Amino acid sequence: MQLLKAYLYDFWRYRYLLQNLIGRDFKLKYRRSVLGVVWSVLNPLLMNIVMVVVFSTIMDMRGAGIENFPVYLLIGQLLFGFFTEGTSSAMSSMLGAAPLIKKVYIPKYIFPLERVCFALVNCLFSFLALVLMMIFTGARLYATVLLALYPLATLFLFTLGVGLILAAATVFFRDVMHLWGVFTTALMYFSAIFYDPLQMGSFTVGSLQINTSQVIRFNPLYWYITGFRATVLDGRGLSWSMVWICGACALLALAAGLLVFRRQQDKFVLHI
Amino acid sequence: MNMVEVNGVSMRFNMAKEKHESLKEYFLAALQGRLQFEEFYALRDVSLCVKKGEFHGLIGLNGSGKSTLLKVISGVFKPTAGSVTVRGAIAPLIELGAGFDMDLTARENIFLNGTVLGLTPQYIREKFDEIVAFSELRDFLDVPLKNYSSGMVARIAFAIATITKPDVLIADEILSVGDFKFQEKCEERMRQLMSGGTTVLLVSHSIEQVERMCGRVTWLEKGRVRMQGNAAEVCAAYRTLGGQPAAAQ
Repeated sequence: MQLLKAYLYDFWRYRYLLQNLIGRDFKLKYRRSVLGVVWSVLNPLLMNIVMVVVFSTIMDMRGAGIENFPVYLLIGQLLFGFFTEGTSSAMSSMLGAAPLIKKVYIPKYIFPLERVCFALVNCLFSFLALVLMMIFTGARLYATVLLALYPLATLFLFTLGVGLILAAATVFFRDVMHLWGVFTTALMYFSAIFYDPLQMGSFTVGSLQINTSQVIRFNPLYWYITGFRATVLDGRGLSWSMVWICGACALLALAAGLLVFRRQQDKFVLHI
Repeated sequence: MNMVEVNGVSMRFNMAKEKHESLKEYFLAALQGRLQFEEFYALRDVSLCVKKGEFHGLIGLNGSGKSTLLKVISGVFKPTAGSVTVRGAIAPLIELGAGFDMDLTARENIFLNGTVLGLTPQYIREKFDEIVAFSELRDFLDVPLKNYSSGMVARIAFAIATITKPDVLIADEILSVGDFKFQEKCEERMRQLMSGGTTVLLVSHSIEQVERMCGRVTWLEKGRVRMQGNAAEVCAAYRTLGGQPAAAQ
Protein backbone atom coordinates (compact mmCIF):
# COMPACT_ATOMS: atom_id res chain seq x y z
CA MET A 1 0.00 0.00 0.00
CA GLN A 2 2.79 2.36 1.00
CA LEU A 3 4.55 1.42 -2.22
CA LEU A 4 1.53 2.23 -4.30
CA LYS A 5 1.16 5.56 -2.55
CA ALA A 6 4.76 6.48 -3.35
CA TYR A 7 4.21 5.53 -6.97
CA LEU A 8 1.08 7.60 -7.23
CA TYR A 9 2.76 10.60 -5.62
CA ASP A 10 5.63 10.42 -8.09
CA PHE A 11 3.19 9.95 -10.89
CA TRP A 12 1.37 13.12 -9.94
CA ARG A 13 4.57 15.10 -9.55
CA TYR A 14 5.89 14.06 -12.93
CA ARG A 15 2.64 14.11 -14.88
CA TYR A 16 3.79 17.02 -17.01
CA LEU A 17 6.96 15.21 -17.92
CA LEU A 18 4.91 12.22 -18.98
CA GLN A 19 2.69 14.49 -21.04
CA ASN A 20 5.68 16.16 -22.66
CA LEU A 21 7.43 12.90 -23.46
CA ILE A 22 4.31 11.56 -25.14
CA GLY A 23 4.03 14.82 -27.05
CA ARG A 24 7.65 14.50 -28.14
CA ASP A 25 7.20 10.95 -29.41
CA PHE A 26 4.12 12.00 -31.25
CA LYS A 27 5.82 14.94 -32.94
CA LEU A 28 8.85 12.89 -33.89
CA LYS A 29 6.82 10.01 -35.24
CA TYR A 30 4.96 12.09 -37.77
CA ARG A 31 7.50 14.81 -38.47
CA ARG A 32 8.25 15.08 -42.18
CA SER A 33 5.51 12.73 -43.28
CA VAL A 34 2.95 14.35 -45.54
CA LEU A 35 -0.09 12.56 -44.18
CA GLY A 36 1.09 12.68 -40.57
CA VAL A 37 -1.31 11.25 -38.07
CA VAL A 38 -3.57 9.96 -40.84
CA TRP A 39 -1.13 7.07 -41.05
CA SER A 40 -2.34 5.82 -37.69
CA VAL A 41 -5.69 5.23 -39.34
CA LEU A 42 -4.54 4.33 -42.80
CA ASN A 43 -1.95 1.81 -41.73
CA PRO A 44 -4.22 -0.63 -39.86
CA LEU A 45 -6.85 -0.17 -42.53
CA LEU A 46 -4.49 -1.18 -45.32
CA MET A 47 -3.08 -4.05 -43.26
CA ASN A 48 -6.60 -5.21 -42.62
CA ILE A 49 -7.46 -5.20 -46.29
CA VAL A 50 -4.34 -7.20 -47.08
CA MET A 51 -5.18 -9.80 -44.49
CA VAL A 52 -8.83 -10.04 -45.42
CA VAL A 53 -7.85 -10.62 -49.01
CA VAL A 54 -5.24 -13.19 -48.05
CA PHE A 55 -7.49 -15.15 -45.76
CA SER A 56 -10.62 -15.07 -47.84
CA THR A 57 -9.06 -15.82 -51.23
CA ILE A 58 -5.59 -17.30 -51.25
CA MET A 59 -5.80 -19.36 -48.10
CA ASP A 60 -9.55 -19.57 -48.14
CA MET A 61 -10.13 -21.28 -44.85
CA ARG A 62 -10.63 -19.07 -41.86
CA GLY A 63 -12.84 -16.20 -42.81
CA ALA A 64 -15.76 -18.48 -43.48
CA GLY A 65 -18.39 -18.80 -40.81
CA ILE A 66 -17.32 -15.70 -38.92
CA GLU A 67 -19.80 -12.91 -39.07
CA ASN A 68 -18.28 -9.70 -40.44
CA PHE A 69 -14.78 -11.10 -40.80
CA PRO A 70 -13.09 -7.77 -41.68
CA VAL A 71 -14.17 -6.16 -38.40
CA TYR A 72 -13.53 -9.36 -36.44
CA LEU A 73 -10.00 -9.39 -37.84
CA LEU A 74 -9.40 -5.68 -37.38
CA ILE A 75 -10.25 -5.81 -33.68
CA GLY A 76 -7.76 -8.60 -33.21
CA GLN A 77 -5.12 -6.75 -35.18
CA LEU A 78 -5.57 -3.48 -33.30
CA LEU A 79 -5.50 -4.93 -29.81
CA PHE A 80 -2.68 -7.31 -30.56
CA GLY A 81 -0.81 -4.49 -32.28
CA PHE A 82 -1.22 -2.33 -29.19
CA PHE A 83 0.18 -5.10 -27.02
CA THR A 84 3.23 -5.74 -29.20
CA GLU A 85 3.94 -2.06 -29.78
CA GLY A 86 3.51 -1.25 -26.10
CA THR A 87 5.64 -4.08 -24.79
CA SER A 88 8.43 -3.87 -27.32
CA SER A 89 8.79 -0.11 -27.10
CA ALA A 90 8.64 -0.25 -23.29
CA MET A 91 11.33 -2.91 -23.48
CA SER A 92 13.85 -0.57 -25.10
CA SER A 93 12.71 2.47 -23.13
CA MET A 94 15.38 2.28 -20.45
CA LEU A 95 18.15 2.06 -23.03
CA GLY A 96 16.68 5.02 -24.86
CA ALA A 97 16.49 7.04 -21.67
CA ALA A 98 20.11 6.34 -20.78
CA PRO A 99 21.47 9.83 -21.54
CA LEU A 100 18.80 11.31 -19.32
CA ILE A 101 18.81 9.06 -16.26
CA LYS A 102 22.58 9.12 -16.09
CA LYS A 103 22.46 12.81 -15.40
CA VAL A 104 19.20 13.72 -13.73
CA TYR A 105 17.17 11.89 -11.15
CA ILE A 106 13.82 10.92 -12.59
CA PRO A 107 11.62 8.05 -11.40
CA LYS A 108 12.61 5.43 -13.91
CA TYR A 109 9.27 3.80 -14.44
CA ILE A 110 8.19 7.00 -16.23
CA PHE A 111 9.87 5.73 -19.39
CA PRO A 112 8.16 2.35 -19.87
CA LEU A 113 4.91 3.98 -18.77
CA GLU A 114 5.33 6.70 -21.35
CA ARG A 115 5.91 4.17 -24.14
CA VAL A 116 2.83 2.17 -23.25
CA CYS A 117 0.78 5.37 -23.04
CA PHE A 118 2.07 6.40 -26.43
CA ALA A 119 1.11 3.01 -27.87
CA LEU A 120 -2.35 3.51 -26.40
CA VAL A 121 -2.66 6.94 -27.97
CA ASN A 122 -1.74 5.43 -31.33
CA CYS A 123 -4.21 2.63 -30.76
CA LEU A 124 -6.99 5.12 -29.99
CA PHE A 125 -6.30 6.94 -33.24
CA SER A 126 -6.43 3.61 -35.02
CA PHE A 127 -9.91 2.98 -33.66
CA LEU A 128 -11.00 5.48 -36.26
CA ALA A 129 -10.08 2.80 -38.78
CA LEU A 130 -12.36 0.44 -36.89
CA VAL A 131 -15.20 2.94 -37.04
CA LEU A 132 -14.68 3.38 -40.78
CA MET A 133 -14.61 -0.35 -41.32
CA MET A 134 -17.76 -0.85 -39.28
CA ILE A 135 -19.59 1.80 -41.30
CA PHE A 136 -18.29 0.35 -44.53
CA THR A 137 -19.39 -3.18 -43.71
CA GLY A 138 -22.67 -2.00 -42.27
CA ALA A 139 -22.03 -3.42 -38.83
CA ARG A 140 -24.60 -2.64 -36.19
CA LEU A 141 -23.72 -0.36 -33.32
CA TYR A 142 -24.69 -1.77 -29.96
CA ALA A 143 -24.93 0.03 -26.65
CA THR A 144 -22.57 -2.57 -25.21
CA VAL A 145 -19.78 -0.75 -27.07
CA LEU A 146 -19.23 1.23 -23.89
CA LEU A 147 -18.31 -1.96 -22.06
CA ALA A 148 -15.34 -2.34 -24.41
CA LEU A 149 -13.55 0.14 -22.16
CA TYR A 150 -13.06 -2.64 -19.63
CA PRO A 151 -11.02 -5.04 -21.80
CA LEU A 152 -9.13 -2.03 -23.17
CA ALA A 153 -8.26 -0.60 -19.77
CA THR A 154 -7.24 -3.97 -18.37
CA LEU A 155 -5.20 -4.69 -21.49
CA PHE A 156 -3.41 -1.40 -20.89
CA LEU A 157 -2.46 -2.44 -17.35
CA PHE A 158 -1.47 -5.90 -18.53
CA THR A 159 0.76 -4.43 -21.24
CA LEU A 160 2.30 -2.01 -18.76
CA GLY A 161 3.12 -4.84 -16.36
CA VAL A 162 4.72 -6.97 -19.04
CA GLY A 163 6.53 -3.90 -20.39
CA LEU A 164 8.02 -3.11 -16.98
CA ILE A 165 9.38 -6.64 -16.60
CA LEU A 166 10.83 -6.56 -20.11
CA ALA A 167 12.36 -3.13 -19.60
CA ALA A 168 14.12 -4.28 -16.43
CA ALA A 169 15.30 -7.53 -18.04
CA THR A 170 16.62 -5.79 -21.15
CA VAL A 171 18.90 -3.56 -19.11
CA PHE A 172 20.83 -6.62 -17.99
CA PHE A 173 20.43 -8.87 -21.00
CA ARG A 174 19.94 -7.37 -24.43
CA ASP A 175 19.03 -10.83 -25.71
CA VAL A 176 15.53 -10.28 -24.44
CA MET A 177 14.91 -7.84 -27.27
CA HIS A 178 15.62 -10.44 -29.91
CA LEU A 179 13.70 -13.17 -28.16
CA TRP A 180 10.62 -11.06 -27.65
CA GLY A 181 10.17 -10.55 -31.38
CA VAL A 182 10.06 -14.29 -31.89
CA PHE A 183 7.77 -14.78 -28.93
CA THR A 184 5.21 -12.22 -30.07
CA THR A 185 5.13 -13.76 -33.51
CA ALA A 186 4.34 -17.14 -31.96
CA LEU A 187 1.80 -15.48 -29.71
CA MET A 188 0.09 -13.89 -32.67
CA TYR A 189 -0.92 -17.30 -33.99
CA PHE A 190 -2.34 -18.22 -30.60
CA SER A 191 -4.40 -15.13 -30.00
CA ALA A 192 -7.31 -15.93 -32.29
CA ILE A 193 -6.75 -12.86 -34.41
CA PHE A 194 -7.74 -14.23 -37.79
CA TYR A 195 -9.66 -17.33 -36.84
CA ASP A 196 -12.30 -18.43 -34.42
CA PRO A 197 -10.79 -20.94 -31.99
CA LEU A 198 -14.06 -22.84 -31.80
CA GLN A 199 -13.66 -23.71 -35.46
CA MET A 200 -10.18 -25.06 -34.96
CA GLY A 201 -9.57 -28.74 -34.73
CA SER A 202 -7.12 -30.42 -32.43
CA PHE A 203 -3.50 -31.31 -32.82
CA THR A 204 -1.40 -34.06 -31.34
CA VAL A 205 1.84 -33.78 -29.46
CA GLY A 206 3.30 -37.28 -29.13
CA SER A 207 0.37 -39.39 -28.00
CA LEU A 208 -1.48 -36.46 -26.47
CA GLN A 209 -4.39 -34.94 -28.30
CA ILE A 210 -4.78 -31.28 -27.60
CA ASN A 211 -7.75 -29.16 -28.44
CA THR A 212 -6.69 -25.79 -29.84
CA SER A 213 -9.56 -23.89 -28.28
CA GLN A 214 -8.55 -25.28 -24.90
CA VAL A 215 -4.93 -24.18 -25.25
CA ILE A 216 -5.89 -20.72 -26.34
CA ARG A 217 -7.80 -20.14 -23.13
CA PHE A 218 -4.46 -19.89 -21.37
CA ASN A 219 -3.49 -16.90 -23.44
CA PRO A 220 -4.53 -13.68 -21.66
CA LEU A 221 -4.56 -11.77 -24.94
CA TYR A 222 -7.26 -14.06 -26.24
CA TRP A 223 -9.53 -12.90 -23.42
CA TYR A 224 -8.92 -9.20 -24.01
CA ILE A 225 -9.57 -9.58 -27.72
CA THR A 226 -12.61 -11.79 -27.26
CA GLY A 227 -14.05 -9.49 -24.63
CA PHE A 228 -13.64 -6.52 -26.94
CA ARG A 229 -15.28 -8.40 -29.81
CA ALA A 230 -18.17 -9.51 -27.66
CA THR A 231 -19.06 -5.94 -26.74
CA VAL A 232 -18.33 -4.17 -30.01
CA LEU A 233 -19.15 -6.73 -32.65
CA ASP A 234 -21.68 -9.09 -31.10
CA GLY A 235 -23.50 -6.69 -28.82
CA ARG A 236 -23.20 -9.09 -25.92
CA GLY A 237 -22.07 -8.09 -22.49
CA LEU A 238 -18.92 -9.41 -20.90
CA SER A 239 -19.18 -12.92 -19.55
CA TRP A 240 -18.11 -13.51 -15.98
CA SER A 241 -14.95 -15.32 -17.01
CA MET A 242 -14.00 -12.44 -19.32
CA VAL A 243 -14.36 -10.01 -16.46
CA TRP A 244 -12.31 -11.88 -13.95
CA ILE A 245 -9.62 -13.24 -16.26
CA CYS A 246 -8.98 -9.84 -17.86
CA GLY A 247 -8.87 -8.17 -14.46
CA ALA A 248 -6.76 -10.81 -12.73
CA CYS A 249 -4.18 -10.99 -15.53
CA ALA A 250 -3.87 -7.20 -15.53
CA LEU A 251 -3.39 -6.97 -11.78
CA LEU A 252 -0.97 -9.89 -11.65
CA ALA A 253 1.16 -8.57 -14.51
CA LEU A 254 1.19 -5.07 -13.06
CA ALA A 255 2.11 -6.24 -9.57
CA ALA A 256 4.88 -8.45 -10.91
CA GLY A 257 6.12 -5.66 -13.16
CA LEU A 258 6.23 -3.07 -10.40
CA LEU A 259 8.01 -5.46 -8.04
CA VAL A 260 10.66 -6.57 -10.52
CA PHE A 261 11.21 -3.06 -11.75
CA ARG A 262 11.47 -1.57 -8.29
CA ARG A 263 13.95 -4.17 -7.16
CA GLN A 264 16.26 -3.58 -10.08
CA GLN A 265 15.88 0.10 -10.83
CA ASP A 266 18.77 1.37 -8.71
CA LYS A 267 21.15 -0.81 -10.68
CA PHE A 268 19.97 0.42 -14.07
CA VAL A 269 22.30 3.41 -14.17
CA LEU A 270 25.32 1.12 -13.88
CA HIS A 271 24.31 -1.09 -16.79
CA ILE A 272 23.19 1.23 -19.54
CA MET B 1 21.02 24.73 8.56
CA ASN B 2 22.78 22.09 6.50
CA MET B 3 21.27 21.93 3.06
CA VAL B 4 23.40 19.04 1.87
CA GLU B 5 24.72 16.40 4.20
CA VAL B 6 26.93 13.64 2.92
CA ASN B 7 27.88 11.10 5.55
CA GLY B 8 30.61 8.57 4.92
CA VAL B 9 29.58 7.92 1.35
CA SER B 10 31.34 5.22 -0.63
CA MET B 11 30.53 4.40 -4.19
CA ARG B 12 31.70 1.12 -5.62
CA PHE B 13 31.59 0.16 -9.25
CA ASN B 14 32.04 -3.34 -10.53
CA MET B 15 34.29 -2.98 -13.46
CA ALA B 16 33.61 -6.18 -15.27
CA LYS B 17 36.70 -7.29 -17.12
CA GLU B 18 34.49 -8.41 -19.94
CA LYS B 19 31.01 -7.17 -20.37
CA HIS B 20 28.50 -9.99 -20.70
CA GLU B 21 25.85 -8.59 -22.85
CA SER B 22 24.21 -11.81 -23.85
CA LEU B 23 22.70 -14.58 -21.77
CA LYS B 24 24.79 -17.29 -23.31
CA GLU B 25 28.03 -15.51 -22.61
CA TYR B 26 26.91 -14.74 -19.10
CA PHE B 27 25.98 -18.29 -18.24
CA LEU B 28 29.07 -19.73 -19.83
CA ALA B 29 31.19 -17.36 -17.79
CA ALA B 30 29.21 -18.09 -14.64
CA LEU B 31 29.58 -21.83 -15.13
CA GLN B 32 33.29 -21.57 -15.56
CA GLY B 33 33.58 -19.29 -12.59
CA ARG B 34 34.89 -16.51 -14.69
CA LEU B 35 32.44 -13.96 -13.45
CA GLN B 36 34.96 -11.72 -11.84
CA PHE B 37 34.59 -8.11 -11.22
CA GLU B 38 37.25 -5.69 -10.44
CA GLU B 39 35.99 -3.57 -7.64
CA PHE B 40 36.65 0.06 -8.01
CA TYR B 41 35.83 2.67 -5.44
CA ALA B 42 35.07 5.99 -7.06
CA LEU B 43 34.35 7.43 -3.63
CA ARG B 44 35.54 6.24 -0.26
CA ASP B 45 34.11 7.50 2.99
CA VAL B 46 33.42 11.02 1.80
CA SER B 47 31.68 13.37 4.19
CA LEU B 48 30.58 16.85 3.38
CA CYS B 49 28.25 19.45 4.83
CA VAL B 50 27.03 22.46 2.94
CA LYS B 51 25.20 25.16 4.82
CA LYS B 52 22.36 27.23 3.51
CA GLY B 53 23.52 29.95 1.15
CA GLU B 54 27.03 28.57 0.97
CA PHE B 55 28.99 28.42 -2.27
CA HIS B 56 30.91 25.20 -2.01
CA GLY B 57 33.61 24.21 -4.47
CA LEU B 58 34.85 20.75 -5.38
CA ILE B 59 38.31 20.45 -6.84
CA GLY B 60 40.57 17.58 -7.76
CA LEU B 61 42.28 16.01 -10.73
CA ASN B 62 40.41 14.13 -13.43
CA GLY B 63 39.01 10.87 -12.08
CA SER B 64 39.13 11.95 -8.47
CA GLY B 65 35.39 11.40 -8.02
CA LYS B 66 33.99 14.91 -8.26
CA SER B 67 31.31 14.13 -10.79
CA THR B 68 30.44 10.87 -9.08
CA LEU B 69 29.92 12.76 -5.84
CA LEU B 70 27.61 15.23 -7.56
CA LYS B 71 25.65 12.38 -9.09
CA VAL B 72 25.30 10.70 -5.72
CA ILE B 73 24.06 13.96 -4.23
CA SER B 74 21.57 14.55 -7.01
CA GLY B 75 20.21 11.00 -6.67
CA VAL B 76 21.40 9.53 -9.95
CA PHE B 77 23.60 7.01 -8.16
CA LYS B 78 22.65 5.28 -4.98
CA PRO B 79 25.71 5.15 -2.71
CA THR B 80 27.12 1.74 -1.83
CA ALA B 81 27.58 2.87 1.75
CA GLY B 82 26.78 5.99 3.70
CA SER B 83 23.90 8.38 3.32
CA VAL B 84 23.01 11.59 1.59
CA THR B 85 20.44 14.10 2.74
CA VAL B 86 19.40 17.04 0.65
CA ARG B 87 16.87 19.54 1.92
CA GLY B 88 14.81 21.20 -0.75
CA ALA B 89 14.71 21.16 -4.51
CA ILE B 90 17.85 20.44 -6.49
CA ALA B 91 18.64 21.90 -9.87
CA PRO B 92 21.25 19.58 -11.31
CA LEU B 93 23.53 20.98 -13.96
CA ILE B 94 25.68 17.92 -14.16
CA GLU B 95 25.92 18.01 -17.86
CA LEU B 96 24.28 20.74 -19.79
CA GLY B 97 21.60 19.58 -22.09
CA ALA B 98 20.76 16.37 -20.28
CA GLY B 99 17.24 15.65 -21.38
CA PHE B 100 17.44 17.64 -24.55
CA ASP B 101 16.17 15.91 -27.61
CA MET B 102 18.32 16.98 -30.51
CA ASP B 103 15.53 16.47 -33.03
CA LEU B 104 13.21 18.90 -31.33
CA THR B 105 13.42 22.67 -31.64
CA ALA B 106 14.73 24.87 -28.87
CA ARG B 107 11.21 25.98 -28.03
CA GLU B 108 10.02 22.39 -27.61
CA ASN B 109 13.13 21.52 -25.65
CA ILE B 110 12.60 24.33 -23.19
CA PHE B 111 9.28 22.77 -22.25
CA LEU B 112 10.61 19.21 -22.24
CA ASN B 113 13.65 20.01 -20.15
CA GLY B 114 11.65 22.23 -17.84
CA THR B 115 9.36 19.35 -17.00
CA VAL B 116 12.37 17.07 -16.53
CA LEU B 117 13.39 19.50 -13.80
CA GLY B 118 9.90 19.27 -12.34
CA LEU B 119 8.49 22.62 -13.49
CA THR B 120 4.90 23.02 -14.57
CA PRO B 121 4.13 24.02 -18.18
CA GLN B 122 2.29 27.05 -16.89
CA TYR B 123 5.37 28.23 -14.99
CA ILE B 124 7.56 27.68 -18.04
CA ARG B 125 5.19 29.70 -20.21
CA GLU B 126 5.34 32.56 -17.72
CA LYS B 127 9.12 32.52 -17.65
CA PHE B 128 9.58 31.69 -21.32
CA ASP B 129 10.62 35.19 -22.37
CA GLU B 130 13.05 35.45 -19.51
CA ILE B 131 14.69 32.15 -20.50
CA VAL B 132 14.98 33.22 -24.11
CA ALA B 133 16.30 36.64 -23.20
CA PHE B 134 18.97 35.17 -20.97
CA SER B 135 20.13 32.72 -23.61
CA GLU B 136 20.14 35.45 -26.31
CA LEU B 137 18.96 32.96 -28.90
CA ARG B 138 15.61 34.37 -29.89
CA ASP B 139 16.33 34.11 -33.60
CA PHE B 140 17.00 30.39 -33.40
CA LEU B 141 14.04 29.27 -31.30
CA ASP B 142 12.45 27.14 -33.98
CA VAL B 143 15.61 25.47 -35.20
CA PRO B 144 16.16 21.82 -34.22
CA LEU B 145 18.78 21.58 -31.53
CA LYS B 146 20.99 19.33 -33.60
CA ASN B 147 21.90 22.38 -35.65
CA TYR B 148 23.05 24.29 -32.58
CA SER B 149 26.65 24.65 -31.52
CA SER B 150 27.56 23.26 -28.11
CA GLY B 151 27.88 26.75 -26.72
CA MET B 152 24.36 27.59 -27.83
CA VAL B 153 22.99 24.41 -26.26
CA ALA B 154 24.75 25.31 -23.03
CA ARG B 155 23.17 28.75 -23.01
CA ILE B 156 19.67 27.36 -23.30
CA ALA B 157 20.34 24.70 -20.68
CA PHE B 158 21.77 27.12 -18.18
CA ALA B 159 18.91 29.52 -18.72
CA ILE B 160 16.30 26.84 -18.01
CA ALA B 161 18.05 25.34 -15.02
CA THR B 162 18.45 28.64 -13.25
CA ILE B 163 15.03 30.07 -14.00
CA THR B 164 13.60 28.66 -10.80
CA LYS B 165 14.99 29.55 -7.44
CA PRO B 166 16.34 26.10 -6.58
CA ASP B 167 17.36 25.43 -3.01
CA VAL B 168 20.48 23.64 -4.16
CA LEU B 169 22.21 24.22 -7.48
CA ILE B 170 24.67 21.55 -8.53
CA ALA B 171 27.01 22.68 -11.28
CA ASP B 172 29.61 20.50 -12.93
CA GLU B 173 32.05 22.32 -15.18
CA ILE B 174 29.28 24.22 -16.79
CA LEU B 175 30.91 27.57 -16.69
CA SER B 176 33.70 26.42 -18.95
CA VAL B 177 31.46 26.47 -22.00
CA GLY B 178 30.35 29.59 -23.70
CA ASP B 179 32.31 32.72 -24.43
CA PHE B 180 33.74 34.92 -21.69
CA LYS B 181 30.79 37.28 -21.79
CA PHE B 182 28.36 34.46 -21.21
CA GLN B 183 30.54 33.08 -18.44
CA GLU B 184 30.39 36.43 -16.71
CA LYS B 185 26.65 36.41 -17.12
CA CYS B 186 26.42 32.94 -15.59
CA GLU B 187 28.55 33.92 -12.62
CA GLU B 188 26.35 36.93 -12.18
CA ARG B 189 23.24 34.77 -12.24
CA MET B 190 24.72 32.36 -9.71
CA ARG B 191 25.54 35.22 -7.36
CA GLN B 192 21.98 36.47 -7.71
CA LEU B 193 20.65 33.04 -6.83
CA MET B 194 22.91 32.84 -3.82
CA SER B 195 21.80 36.18 -2.49
CA GLY B 196 18.32 34.74 -2.78
CA GLY B 197 19.38 31.88 -0.48
CA THR B 198 20.36 29.22 -3.00
CA THR B 199 23.15 26.89 -2.02
CA VAL B 200 25.61 26.11 -4.78
CA LEU B 201 27.91 23.15 -5.26
CA LEU B 202 30.41 23.83 -7.99
CA VAL B 203 32.93 21.63 -9.73
CA SER B 204 35.51 23.45 -11.72
CA HIS B 205 39.00 22.99 -13.02
CA SER B 206 39.58 26.69 -13.00
CA ILE B 207 41.19 27.30 -9.63
CA GLU B 208 40.90 31.04 -10.06
CA GLN B 209 37.18 30.74 -10.50
CA VAL B 210 36.78 28.49 -7.47
CA GLU B 211 38.87 30.82 -5.37
CA ARG B 212 36.93 33.84 -6.56
CA MET B 213 33.45 32.41 -6.10
CA CYS B 214 33.51 29.77 -3.39
CA GLY B 215 33.48 30.16 0.34
CA ARG B 216 34.53 26.67 1.25
CA VAL B 217 36.24 24.06 -0.85
CA THR B 218 36.60 20.27 -0.72
CA TRP B 219 39.59 18.73 -2.43
CA LEU B 220 39.07 15.17 -3.57
CA GLU B 221 41.89 12.85 -4.41
CA LYS B 222 41.30 9.29 -5.66
CA GLY B 223 37.85 9.25 -4.14
CA ARG B 224 38.88 10.46 -0.71
CA VAL B 225 38.69 13.86 0.85
CA ARG B 226 42.19 15.22 0.82
CA MET B 227 41.43 18.58 2.34
CA GLN B 228 38.42 20.60 3.33
CA GLY B 229 38.33 24.21 4.43
CA ASN B 230 38.07 27.76 3.28
CA ALA B 231 38.73 28.44 -0.35
CA ALA B 232 42.00 30.34 -0.17
CA GLU B 233 43.75 27.73 1.98
CA VAL B 234 42.65 24.66 0.06
CA CYS B 235 43.31 26.23 -3.31
CA ALA B 236 46.76 27.28 -2.24
CA ALA B 237 47.54 23.77 -1.05
CA TYR B 238 46.11 22.27 -4.22
CA ARG B 239 48.30 24.50 -6.35
CA THR B 240 51.52 23.67 -4.59
CA LEU B 241 50.99 19.96 -3.93
CA GLY B 242 49.42 18.20 -6.81
CA GLY B 243 47.78 20.80 -8.88
CA GLN B 244 50.50 21.84 -11.24
CA PRO B 245 48.41 21.30 -14.38
CA ALA B 246 45.46 23.05 -12.88
CA ALA B 247 47.50 26.02 -11.81
CA ALA B 248 48.74 26.37 -15.34
CA GLN B 249 45.24 26.94 -16.68
